[in-house]
Amino acid sequence: MKEFKYVITDAEGIHARPAGELVKLVKSFECGVKIAKDGKAVDCKKIFGVMGLGVKKDNEVTLSFDGADEDAACEAVSKFMQENL
Amino acid sequence: MQVYNGKSVFGGIAIGKISVYQKGEQQVKRVKIADADAEMERYAVAKDAAVEQLQKLYDKALKEVGEANAAIFEIHQMMLDDDDYNESVENIIRTQMVNAEYAVAATADNFAQMFASMDDDYMKERAADVKDISERLLAILHGTDSNKVDTNEPVIIVADDLAPSETVQLDKDMVLSFVTVHGSLNSHTAILARTMAIPALIGTEALPLDASVDGKLGIVDGFNGKIYVDPDENILTEMKAKQQEDLEKKQLLQTLKGKENITLDGQKVMLYANIGNIKDLATVIQNDAGGIGLFRSEFIYLEREDYPTEEEQFQIYKTVAETMAGKRVIIRTLDIGADKQCDYFNMEHEENPALGYRAIRICLTRPEIFKTQLRALFRASAYGKLAIMYPMITSVKEVHRIKKIVEEVKAELTEQGIEFAIPEQGIMIETPAAAMVSDELAKEVDFFSVGTNDLTQYTLAIDRQNTKLDEFYDAHHPAVLRMIAMVAENAHKAGIWAGICGELGADTTLTQEFLAMGIDELSVSPGSILPIRKIVLETNVTDYKKRKAE
Repeated sequence: MKEFKYVITDAEGIHARPAGELVKLVKSFECGVKIAKDGKAVDCKKIFGVMGLGVKKDNEVTLSFDGADEDAACEAVSKFMQENL
Repeated sequence: MQVYNGKSVFGGIAIGKISVYQKGEQQVKRVKIADADAEMERYAVAKDAAVEQLQKLYDKALKEVGEANAAIFEIHQMMLDDDDYNESVENIIRTQMVNAEYAVAATADNFAQMFASMDDDYMKERAADVKDISERLLAILHGTDSNKVDTNEPVIIVADDLAPSETVQLDKDMVLSFVTVHGSLNSHTAILARTMAIPALIGTEALPLDASVDGKLGIVDGFNGKIYVDPDENILTEMKAKQQEDLEKKQLLQTLKGKENITLDGQKVMLYANIGNIKDLATVIQNDAGGIGLFRSEFIYLEREDYPTEEEQFQIYKTVAETMAGKRVIIRTLDIGADKQCDYFNMEHEENPALGYRAIRICLTRPEIFKTQLRALFRASAYGKLAIMYPMITSVKEVHRIKKIVEEVKAELTEQGIEFAIPEQGIMIETPAAAMVSDELAKEVDFFSVGTNDLTQYTLAIDRQNTKLDEFYDAHHPAVLRMIAMVAENAHKAGIWAGICGELGADTTLTQEFLAMGIDELSVSPGSILPIRKIVLETNVTDYKKRKAE
């Protein structure tokens, strides 16, 4: 199990396009991935769940990874968040 | 005759029969079923078909309107693949033993509800995406194609609202224009319409969608945001003339669009567009500009009460960068002063404002204003190919001062952990001083763009507003042309490119001369791009030089 926290800097938050890209990226890994905001966690492989969190700029989200390729997933997602969100 | 007002999404005139577009509003009945597995199989087949349709739409949109605008269809595919959505459908089918149509409709309502209740306007609009994918599924389950416009002549489509997939599916040969009673300027539909360059109106709230409109002759005036139903003779004649003018431009476009700007003897030139507002983006794309050579950022400052914030500016620059999808966008930093004034800048009255406190001079003495703009520009550079151009440069020293401020902004953004990129940076050559030291300036910057309006005025010492001086004014004065040639030569010696973004750039009698000088870029109003391309394609620069030497 691995996790990291990230504060969103993108002005639009996790809107449709980045949510789609995030889900696409996460789906390429085997391990389970959850994204949480204010204690509410959803499956990061489901676009409606991710969009439904309504993550905005300056919100802190927690990404957690659980499974065989969790290290690689954690690294890739962390990079994605820094570059895009 | 009736006239209705709306907001124009894209200019142009359309005259033709009005067709009221009825959404294939699916009458969903709740029907009991006996075999849940068979019903799930029906659903799975419909879902695969829907994903396939969306893939086709994505490919089509990618070609026509670019990746950024096509992305919505990829997101729609992901929505259809969303486990929560599919589990909800399956759950309703299996526990209630009902038909797939009902399960899809019920699921769609629930998910749309979730978005509609979010306290975020952007997310609220996503309810429309849920409805869109669900209606697609329903249409497939019903075996009907709800998105066809049933007509054998081109029509003006009038609808309550149009989903993005509906807009992109409109058979363009059969659609003259579309008009929607609802829809916002930020909806995907409006953005797609703009990039597709179809005359279109939204928010025509008073327009009825019934027999009083359907089948009638209509005129959409996309320039003024009006739709005329049953127009009278005068309006019809006036609009036909306006349409003819527009048509001639479009015909030129047909033959020249997509062609490379290359002369008969193989010299290439970049043809970019000058724009003064984000609203002009559609005409940039419609006229096949290779990029934006001059984006006047003043409009962000003018016509308002206070300084625009970094965030406001960032959103605008980002939109431009994304819409142009990888093509170069040159944004000129704040150029107010002289004839462009803002009250809140509290500038003192000047005897001679053209030679006064303006443009980069304001930016260098009031760095807080300059830095806000630079921060917004650097942040937006992460979203496309932005370039920055500094106006009213007269010396190398000024460029050094700009560079110092740029370094400070970079350090601040880095320290704050904010994502940014450093765009190409160039200067405008619009003072004789800058032209004379262009050899030195060329070593400091990435490109030059000659602002011929000011360069001519400063070189000839003639105020163009003063009509008494017309007899002394010569737009083709050899002093100006020699300066431009010198600037191009100095640019090339230092390995950078040089363009022209003033009015002279659009003067088709000079196009060959500019090509002979080796000018790399001409940035002109969008409507001038294709006429210039025509000349470029017909020019042989080697022959032109030979003829000139004789």
